[in-house]
Parts: sequence; structure tokens; C-alpha cells
Amino acid sequence: MLPLSLYDSIESAWCPGCGNFPMLKAFKQALAELEIRPQDLVVVSAIGQSSKFPHYLKCNTFNGIHGRALPVATGIRLANPGLKVVVTVGDGDQYGEGGNHLLAAFRRNPDLTLVVHNNQIYALTKGQASPTSDQGTKDTLHPQGVPYPPLHPLALAVAQDCSWVGRSFAGMPQHLTEMYKKALTHKGMAFLEVLQPCVSFNKINTYEWYRQRVYEVETRPDYAPGDELWAYRVAKEWGERIPIGVIYLNPRPTLEESFPQLKDGPLAGRLPERPLAELLAEFS
Amino acid sequence: MPIDLNILIGGAAGQGVHSITTPLAKSLVRAGARVVVVQDYQSRIRGGHIFNLLRVSDAPLAGPREGVDLLVALNQETVTLHLPELSPSGFLIYDADLVKEVPAGVAALGLSLEELLPGTKAGEIAVNAGASGAILGLLDVPVTGLAQMLAESFAAKGEEVAGWNKQAATRGWELAQKFPHPVSLAGLTPPAPPRLLLSGHEAVAMGALMAGLTFISGYPMTPWTSLFNAVAQRSLKYGVVLEQAEDEISAINMAIGASYAGARAMTGTSGGGFCLMTEAVGLATMTETPLVVVVAQRPGPSTGLPTRTSQGDLQFVLWAGQDDGPRAVLAPGSPAQGYALALKAFDLAERYQLPVFILTDQYFADSQHTCRAEDFPARRIPFALDLKPAGGVYERYALTQSGISPRRLPGFGPELVVADSDEHTPDGHLTEDLGVRVQMHDKRLRKLTAMAGEMRGLTTAGDPEAPVVLMCWGSSLGPVSEAVSRLQAEKVAVRMVHLSELWPFPREAVMKALQGAQKLVVAEQNASGQLARLLRQETGLTATQAVRRYDGRPFTPEYILRGLAGVV
Ligand SMILES: Cc1ncc(C[n+]2csc(CCOP(=O)(O)OP(=O)(O)O)c2C)c(N)n1
Ligand code: SF4
Repeated sequence: MLPLSLYDSIESAWCPGCGNFPMLKAFKQALAELEIRPQDLVVVSAIGQSSKFPHYLKCNTFNGIHGRALPVATGIRLANPGLKVVVTVGDGDQYGEGGNHLLAAFRRNPDLTLVVHNNQIYALTKGQASPTSDQGTKDTLHPQGVPYPPLHPLALAVAQDCSWVGRSFAGMPQHLTEMYKKALTHKGMAFLEVLQPCVSFNKINTYEWYRQRVYEVETRPDYAPGDELWAYRVAKEWGERIPIGVIYLNPRPTLEESFPQLKDGPLAGRLPERPLAELLAEFS
Repeated sequence: MPIDLNILIGGAAGQGVHSITTPLAKSLVRAGARVVVVQDYQSRIRGGHIFNLLRVSDAPLAGPREGVDLLVALNQETVTLHLPELSPSGFLIYDADLVKEVPAGVAALGLSLEELLPGTKAGEIAVNAGASGAILGLLDVPVTGLAQMLAESFAAKGEEVAGWNKQAATRGWELAQKFPHPVSLAGLTPPAPPRLLLSGHEAVAMGALMAGLTFISGYPMTPWTSLFNAVAQRSLKYGVVLEQAEDEISAINMAIGASYAGARAMTGTSGGGFCLMTEAVGLATMTETPLVVVVAQRPGPSTGLPTRTSQGDLQFVLWAGQDDGPRAVLAPGSPAQGYALALKAFDLAERYQLPVFILTDQYFADSQHTCRAEDFPARRIPFALDLKPAGGVYERYALTQSGISPRRLPGFGPELVVADSDEHTPDGHLTEDLGVRVQMHDKRLRKLTAMAGEMRGLTTAGDPEAPVVLMCWGSSLGPVSEAVSRLQAEKVAVRMVHLSELWPFPREAVMKALQGAQKLVVAEQNASGQLARLLRQETGLTATQAVRRYDGRPFTPEYILRGLAGVV
């Protein structure tokens, strides 16, 4: 195991009590246990409170624009498949602004870990509803309450053949660390959603609210993460009971494997010999 | 007088207009002629009216011209639309099965399946290959080269089809030989080394490959698609990772990610696609990630005229993105410039760590020109970054005099590369220190100073002392330079100043080139005079006249000359 202090960076600006803190701690723990060195890791994020995550971690970082972390991360993987790539973003970011990229990433199956901090709210913009806010949630933009039911991202992931789908909860540090480790060691796209209480703006989905509902899915007698229809049914479960754990496992070839161009390692440092005469013949 | 022949090949989309033009143009080039091919098409896959213009000469050609000397009509509509353009000594070749009315007094040859390939089910192949052969017959060019080329290119479709093509071309040639034609190319000799026939986008693709392109992502949109295709067909052979993104937003962000990780990356699009990309233009600027972006213009606003040409996005590309951001904007005027500027774009992007735009357009993209191998000199773009670990404290955005900070790649050493779209400290972490903000912003903008010194790309022609100056940019080069040489032939003192490197604006060079100008005419393919505005903004000089075209068709020398009536 590597020392945890290896990953210390600048001080965070999150509110005391925010679910992002235990997530950061568990993530460092997982990295240290898996002995992933900061220089081999790139954490890509977008915009939101959760997207500040990579700044508070010592590693290579690409903090991009709202909703667009997955394309950046995919580009990084395609340029250097030797890098460990993790995407840390918010629910508003990935399910709202970045929805199209989420669908495309499920299909592509790049070898990366996507961690969505789901606080069921837009925190950085001060508390608007997000695609995962429960129906009826009142906010400044919906004084009468959100009129429609939430998105089911995990069910979407199952339906779109995502190769690893799981959920955890920021209030259960050990579970979280284990889930990070599983996601980080999966080959292909690992989609980990973490229930992350926002103590400032979300007064409904609190630590307590989640704690009363989450259950470890592996304890189900019918646990069958390899079975798509089973996984789909469990992924749609939301309300009185919320499953956490590995919900779907679907090993399949990664995006990077479909490019023979990548067999020789990273694109960086390649100045391919392209004889002019051959190019001219090619184009005329 | 040099030979100058304009061939128009028209019909409905799907009838084989291109399958006549391409082999014909290639065999003419091989025989020693210079050609320019311009495509005019509608946004549909079948039906409608499309045509190709094939201009042929024994002397170098700058671009297309108006008028028709040889009309190939695959349907009645083509006859109706284009016969009025046919010159008095012109000749018509038509599909006798589909064209029923040919006005009296026009020299014409009707081709039919029955005549060309009797007893076969060859269908439209017959007339298409027959027409190609017939044109060579009229012009006294041996048909053997064409017949061979057709047989080879259709070999994949089976021996029978290949044979039909060869036979129909030969028969068409024999039929046409019986007609007298005022123009003969019999005196041409095949050039050594052979000349090339290249479109603008093919030349840009070649330049990008020569520059070391290793990653390209995009989303289809006309006319950008032809460049994306040109790379796609060669991506495996040359080791280029290519991804069709889910949208343009993804395309540019993916290219930024790839470049951050060390690939020589490129993306591109047209019109509306570039509107979607603009937020990420800011991202590339802020994270100081090298990126080459091709913007292939077409008329707008919105979806506009998808398959037509325009130079209406210059001001958009100059300013696209949030706040002030350094960038370079290049706009090639010929395949040779397309190749050279693609190389320059990668070089600038990497050395200055910013987005570099190549502005093309539908006319530039798809028109094909006879080129010489010397037009494409070999060049390598050395790496502008160090892959070896340096040791010590590393700051991705270190404040420097040049504005350029040492760039590193993730995974190549102990240095961590921290890139951020928020305003950031020298070590890459987000900051709200407004003093740092000003320092960082100044640092980024300082790149423009050194880059401005690298902007050349001024092409001048005509009489350098002439009081009348015709100024233009990008793909207008050919038509404007021909208009200038035609005026000169008539002893009118005039000069041309063409810009292919537009930003940072080459102020000194332009001021110098415009010295002594009494009448300054800016010719451009947009309605508001975007280059004229840029010129005034950067030099204080105001154009006295304008020639503008924005109906979706490219400039022709005739259009320019009509626009100059009363000026010269
Ligand atoms: C294109 C664009 N639109 C809107 C915003 C404003 N914005 C910043 S963060 C955010 C939502 C963040 O919510 P979420 O992704 O759930 O992250 P959280 O702050 O809750 O962690 C929005 C809408 C932006 N930065 N860019
Ligand atoms: S606003 Fe919410 S999500 Fe943001 S730091 Fe505070 S508690 Fe965390």
C-alpha cells in the first residue's frame, strides 16, 4: 500500500459535512491500496462542486467544461491507453448537460471509471433540481415542484450494455472504498454512482434519508449481476429501498482494443515516418 | 492563345455525373492538360439537378470560369438549363434515351445504350463511359488511357462491368472522332514527372498527415466531411486514431483530451457544428492545449445552403469563444496553400499551445486542381515539448515572458500535469485571486506578439505600382488572380493582394502591400464585407469598393470583372 499523504493537494472549498469529503477520502484509500501512483493517473472532471474533486487530489488533472468530461477522458484514453483515467462529475453535469456523451460512452466502452456524485441537486448553481431530483422536489425554478419523475441512470447503463454498473453511498466509507477498488480494477467502462448528500442545498435527500433506504444488493438471494434483465429491474429500484453494490457485470471488448493503431503504445512522442512520395501517390 | 475549354457535365444526382468527370479529368491530366473541376450539387442524394464544370487548358489554370464549350446532358433538364450558356462553336453530347428534344442548329452527338453496347444490360454505364470517351474523341486525345483506367477502377465490380466500361468508352471515342471540333489537344505530351489532380481538402489532409497527425475526431457535416473522409480512408495505413463522435461538442472535447495526452490532434466541422464547438474553443485556449480546427464554410445562418460555398464565417472564427483568447486563423487559397497551411497549423498550435483554425469552404473543399509534386515540399514538424522528466518544481502554467509555459504530458515522468478550464494559478489549480487572473490572462495574450511575427501568407500579383488594388482572402485566390491577369492583358494597371494567414493580422505586410493604392476593392464571398471590416479594424484603411458574392456559387473571373465595371 502507498502512503495516503502521497495524494494530498490543495485545501478544499467544500462545505463542512459535504458528502464529497468522505468520497475524496475513500478514493485516496482505494488508490493507495491499489498502489496507483499519482503520475499514472489522470482524473478528468467538468463543472460543479463535485468536479472540483481532482484539484483536491495530487495527480494529473483535466478540469474541463460542463457536461464534457467523458469526451475528454475518451480522447485521453485513445491517445495513451497506459494512463489510468477516472472521471468525477456531478449528476447535473453528466445526466443533464452531458447526457448524450453518457449514452455514447456506454456504447464505446472505453477503459475508464466514471464516478457520478449524485446529490440529486445542482449545488454549484445553488440548489436547482437535477435530472435525478425526485418528482415534486421544490426549488427556486420549480416553486410548484418538479412535475416529472427522475431519470434512472443505472437502468440506462444496463440497457446500453455498460460493462460495469454499481452504486455506493458517501455515508458508508468502507463500502465506498471497496466499490472504488472494484470499479478501478474493472477492464472497460465502470460506472459508479455515489449517493452524495449536499448539506447546504438538498434538505430532503440527507445522510439519514439515504441511510434508511440503502441496502447491499449482494445480500439479495436472487443476486445475479450477469443477468441483464435482473440487473435492469434492480437498477430501476428507487424509493423505499435503494440498492448499492455491483448491479451489472457485462465484460466486453474495450474501445481501445478496436484500434490496432494503439498496439505500439501511446500516440505521444510519435512522429510517424510518412514518405512524401508515398503520400503523393496515395492522393493522386 | 492558350487552349481554354469549359466542359459542363450535368444530370440528376445518382445518374453518374461524377463517374464521367473523374476518369475524364484524370486522363486529361495524364495526357498533359491542366484542369480544374468544380462541383455544383444540391442537398439530395438522388434527383435534382447537379453539374460538374471541367475547365481544360494547356497552360496553368487558377480556377473556373463561366461559359460552356462542351455540354454533356444526361437528361432533358440539363439541356434546358445550360444550352443557353453554350458558346456558338459549342458541342452537345447527350443521352439519346433520355433527351428527346435537341434544338436544331446545335452540333450534337446522341449516345444510347443500343449504339454503345448493343445487346447488353449495361444501363447507364454505357452512356457515362461513352460520353467520357466521346469527349476525348472530339479533343483528339487517345482513348487507351481512359479505357484502361475505367477497366481498372471497375474491376472490383466484375470482369463484365469492367469490360463494358472499356468498350463503351472506346465506342464513344470512335463516334466522336467523326465530328470536326475547333479545339484539339493532340499537341499535348504526357508530363514527366506526372502531374497530380487534388482537391483542396485532400491537400489539407495530406498536409495534416505530413505534419504528424495521429488523432482526429469529428461529426459529419457538409462540406467538412470530405476532409474527414480523406483521412478516414488512410487512417489505418498511417496509424491515425479516428473517431466519429456523437456530436461536434464531443468531437472537439475528445481532440482536446487526446492532445492533452500528447497526440497531434485535429477536429473540424462546418457552420452549425462550429457553433456547438465554440465553448470548447475557450477550453483549448484556457487549458493551453494545442489543437487544429478546420472550419469548412457554407452559407448560413443556421443550416443555410448545405452544399454551396461561402466565406461568411471569418468574423465568427476570429472571435468565437468567451472573452479574449489568442488563436491563429489560416485560410488557404489553393491545394498547395492547403498543404502548407496544414503543416503550419500543427506547428503553430504545438509551439504556442493554442487553437489554430483552417478556414476552408465548399468550393475549396471539393474543387480539384492540377498540381505539381513541387507544390508539396516535404517538411517535418519537430516536437515543441520535452518528454524527458525535468525534476524540480513543475508548473504547467508558469508565468513566462513569451506567454508560453513548458508543456508536459501526463504519464511521462514525475511531473503532474494539472489543466484547468477555470482561471488558475501557475500550478493549474483554480483560483479567485483577481491579481493572478490578470497575470494569467496577460500571459496567454502575450503569445500573440511572437506569433504575429510568423504571419506571412501574402500573395501579390499584377503591377506592384498600380493604383487599383484587388484584395481578397482564402479560396477567392484563383478567380481574383485570373481577373487581374485578364485586366493586365488589356493594359489595365491593377494588382492583387491575397491573404491566407489572417490572424494575428499581418498588419505591417498588408500596409506595405497596399502602399500607393488609390482604389482599394475588397472581393469576398459574404454580404457584409468581413475582410474589409478586419482591414479597417487593424490598419485604419477603408476599402473604396467591394465585390461581394453570397448566392452560394464561387467567384469566377467574369463575376469579379462585372463587379469592377466603373472602377477600372
Ligand atoms: C455550459 C454551462 N452551463 C451552465 C453552467 C453553470 N453550472 C455550473 S455547475 C452546474 C450544475 C452543477 O450541478 P452538478 O453537476 O449536479 O454538480 P454539483 O455542483 O451538484 O456537484 C451548472 C448548471 C456552466 N458552467 N456551463
Ligand atoms: S453546496 Fe452541497 S455539494 Fe457543494 S460543497 Fe456544499 S454541501 Fe457539498
